[in-house]
Amino acid sequence: MGTQSFSDALGVDYGALAPLLIVLGGACVSVLIEAVLPLARRARVQLVFSLAVVVVALVTVIVRATGGAADVVVLAGALSVDAPSLFLWGTLLALAVPSLLLLADRSIEPGGTFVADPEALAEAQEKVLAGSRSPSGSGIDSHGVVARRGGSGPGSGDAGGAEPPLMHTEVFPFLLFALGGMLAFCASNDLLTMFVALEVLSLPLYLLCGLARRRRLLSQEAAVKYFLLGAFASAFFLYGVALLYGYAGSVRLSDIASAAAGPLRSDTLLFAGLALLVVGLMFKASVGPFHTWTPDVYQGAPTPVTAFMAACTKVAAFGAILRVFTVAFGTTALEWRGVLWAVAIASMVIGTVLGLTQTDLKRMVAYSSVAHAGFILIGCLAITPAGLSGTLFYLLAYGFTTIAILGLVSLVRSGDGEAGHLSGYAGLATRSPVVAAALSFCLLALAGVPLTSGFTAKFAVFSAGLADGMAPLVIVGLVCSAIAAFFYLRVIVMMYFSEPAPDGPTVSLPGPMTTIAITLGVVVTLLLGVVPTAALQWAGAGPFLG
Amino acid sequence: MSPTNYLLLSALLFAIGTVGVLVRRNAIVVFMCVELMLNAVNLSLVTFARINGSLDGQVMAFFVMVVAAAEVVVGLSIIMAIFRTRRTASVDDANLLKY
Repeated sequence: MGTQSFSDALGVDYGALAPLLIVLGGACVSVLIEAVLPLARRARVQLVFSLAVVVVALVTVIVRATGGAADVVVLAGALSVDAPSLFLWGTLLALAVPSLLLLADRSIEPGGTFVADPEALAEAQEKVLAGSRSPSGSGIDSHGVVARRGGSGPGSGDAGGAEPPLMHTEVFPFLLFALGGMLAFCASNDLLTMFVALEVLSLPLYLLCGLARRRRLLSQEAAVKYFLLGAFASAFFLYGVALLYGYAGSVRLSDIASAAAGPLRSDTLLFAGLALLVVGLMFKASVGPFHTWTPDVYQGAPTPVTAFMAACTKVAAFGAILRVFTVAFGTTALEWRGVLWAVAIASMVIGTVLGLTQTDLKRMVAYSSVAHAGFILIGCLAITPAGLSGTLFYLLAYGFTTIAILGLVSLVRSGDGEAGHLSGYAGLATRSPVVAAALSFCLLALAGVPLTSGFTAKFAVFSAGLADGMAPLVIVGLVCSAIAAFFYLRVIVMMYFSEPAPDGPTVSLPGPMTTIAITLGVVVTLLLGVVPTAALQWAGAGPFLG
Repeated sequence: MSPTNYLLLSALLFAIGTVGVLVRRNAIVVFMCVELMLNAVNLSLVTFARINGSLDGQVMAFFVMVVAAAEVVVGLSIIMAIFRTRRTASVDDANLLKY
């Protein structure tokens, strides 16, 4: 009782905030682990600890969501823990589990993407060179899969149960901090909290992009581009916040809405503020004309980081976009919605048309994410309960499919690393039927074929758009989906109906962590396509709380 | 003097920062232009606090300063890293990722 009244006096509802506090507190402890534990033991401890943090936070979200706790606004109105927040939190934490597993995997290449030991790095590169000189020399097992796991670093003489080479473990606290920022971002109830959360999620991501030890130049270039453009976009976001503060005298989303509904004020400030705010938000969600960083960063960043970024940043950014549109600008929707129609159309068309011309699979996934951002924006623009639940469901479905695809991309390797080029996927089905089948399934899900989550998600978003009088937008969306299906199917046709090149890439046998991550992505994609009812119901559990 | 003038000054500074980001080539200078944009926003936050007669805007300016400091740490470390491998900080030379 004593603690209860104490927390009441402070106005802090620790029960509602628990997931956020667990993740951010876990991130701080993770930094401490980084400081005190010896390098040799860090990787395993950090992975187990981060997974535990994420799973515990996920459990608290599920307990709260199923327990029927009332929606609350906490921390003096800074954060709103309502039904959409809980769904977004659940989605983010669920997506963080496979992301962590992909990040931690050290079996596909010796020491993983973030290998710490330069000797191991050099040795691995030598080995790869030797392997490419005599491709038949490396043991090909009965499935036609080249085994290249473990046992190649120093101190691991025999390949048996030896430890793989060490890795840089800073990625784990970075990921937890970014995740904490994302949780705060999609639940923030005022624009200042939103800005701080935006930076908390962005800064670790900039660093994560530049941490690859192999393909270093590409990785660093991606980090610089992402950082400069990201900082540029957040300056626009901030100017939007300042103008809206000038307009409403407050940065609470509900205060902006009531100021807009009140006596006549300067519409210039309101709409200029909204426009600048939208630029910053759309940049993070890689929508339409604000997407220019997406292909470069997706291609240059280490693939596990791309997977985390593609799935989780999109969820957080669209969560914030939904909240801003619904709570702060729902009453003035008729006046600004036309402009965002143009943005949605631009996003779908750019993503589809440029996606057609790509020859690198990661860049293709990036342009496909731009097109998908356009589809998701249709759901955001329908400011109705159906639009809200459809968008939330779409984010969940898209996140798991993308993580599975990028996990699979990390398995297909040529001499010097991942075989990004599409020609490397020719005849993949004869080399590794399982990988080809899983990749085909996920690409079909992105294309929106029935019995996959992509179909259910597109159906939910498009029907919500249609019901809210956005028929032209939905027609553009349908045409773009049809065109986009071409470049997904092109990969599938290449994998199944082309002859494999004799010196083509090999398929690594994934370690248990990557296998679990990919399996999770594929299974969720299938389940959300076949039995979407439970997820759709949770997505539609309730409205935003202002 | 009317506070509106400060808003105009802030808009002008923000525009100068934006143009700087778009035309300058050195990553450090580009980043300084972003900082100029953030500080222009600070000026308008403080001005709006004066116009609205509330302190919120001034408090927000402090938040922005802290965030900008954190951004400097991360940004300069990234720019340093790429300078060490490439021996240049020009954003035009980073051109491996395209099309």
